[in-house]
Amino acid sequence: MDKIATYALRLGDDSLILGQRLGEWCGHAPALEVDLSLANVALDQVGQATHFLNLAGEIEGEGRDGDALAFRRDVMDFTNCLLVEQPNGDFAQTIARQFLFSHYQALLFEQMTAAKDTRFAAIAAKAAKEVAYHATLASDWVIRLGDGTEESKARMIAGFDWMWRFADELFLMDDVDVAAIAAGAGVDKAALRAAWDARIDTVLAEATLARPAPRRATTGGRAGRHSEHLGHLLSDMQFLQRAYPGATW
Amino acid sequence: MQHAGGTPALHIRAILAKVPDPEIPAVSVVDLGIVREISADRVVITPTYTGCPATIAIEQSIRAALDANGFADVRIETTLSPPWSSDWISDEGREKLRAYGIAPPPRGAATASLKNQMAAECPQCGSSNTEELSRFGSTPCKALWRCKSCAEPFDRFKCH
Repeated sequence: MDKIATYALRLGDDSLILGQRLGEWCGHAPALEVDLSLANVALDQVGQATHFLNLAGEIEGEGRDGDALAFRRDVMDFTNCLLVEQPNGDFAQTIARQFLFSHYQALLFEQMTAAKDTRFAAIAAKAAKEVAYHATLASDWVIRLGDGTEESKARMIAGFDWMWRFADELFLMDDVDVAAIAAGAGVDKAALRAAWDARIDTVLAEATLARPAPRRATTGGRAGRHSEHLGHLLSDMQFLQRAYPGATW
Repeated sequence: MQHAGGTPALHIRAILAKVPDPEIPAVSVVDLGIVREISADRVVITPTYTGCPATIAIEQSIRAALDANGFADVRIETTLSPPWSSDWISDEGREKLRAYGIAPPPRGAATASLKNQMAAECPQCGSSNTEELSRFGSTPCKALWRCKSCAEPFDRFKCH
């Protein structure tokens, strides 16, 4: 797969895996409104994944569509960041993951809306409006849990304590990003970091939470080096196509 | 092929004006602003949300309506750009939503801030003494609200 196709694949994989993770909350969330919210966010992510994975298949030009890429690849072929594959944990851990990721995705899509490559710009313009809701939802809950009870605060801190190590990977750049930027499709992710830090810090301050201490970043997702969790997620997500290859309805 | 009265595009528009949205059958796909372009040989539609499960059903409904009315040759194309906005819901569509029990979205979605949004008007009693219960509702396009005057919960079409 060429670099521009890989760039679309990475965007699709991030959304797909997060959408699948969030779907695990369906019917299990702490309140009906939260259940609806997480399912809606999951749906948006899967929708975005459909567009980006279809685009990746189209650029690749070997007849694979979004479904083929989602359901007929093995774990080491997935290029999502490690953050999105992390288990849901408790509700606070899910919110910590969503908060870090949605603010990154919001900034990314805001920039990509201006991309010269209209295929990327069109998906980004549509997704940016959806992701703005996700970032607001996650921020509201970070504040509510962080500035809540002793218990909710402790859980929010624990959630960030786990998820924080995966944040740096979001902004890492490699030859795929450089090629995508040169082709007018990609965004300089490293340049988004300052704005992301500012948005995160503003919400953390309102939530009366301290910024987690810097730690060595855990990376490798873009190169297919994943945590043990992704394989389990795929065994669930891909079950039908593995058991009944080519099944449709 | 001969069609009674008007141009093919006008005829197709009249047909599509009767195709209901699968999730909110009170309004048509034309009312919702999903149909972006109609010509003699193609219909261009756009999804409301990227993950809206109704998107496929909408395309199938439009296909069925075109086929049933002698327009089997008319193609359906999907475009993402410009992205759909709730501002594209027609005035007639807004009235139909209200009558159906869904508060229509305020105008000016493109510039509206997510915070400080205007209170919804209760579709049951008309009161503006309402509050948002959840920004995400029963479908991607709706939020959950409650009227503090008549105590009825209701859906509000999201400003998007």
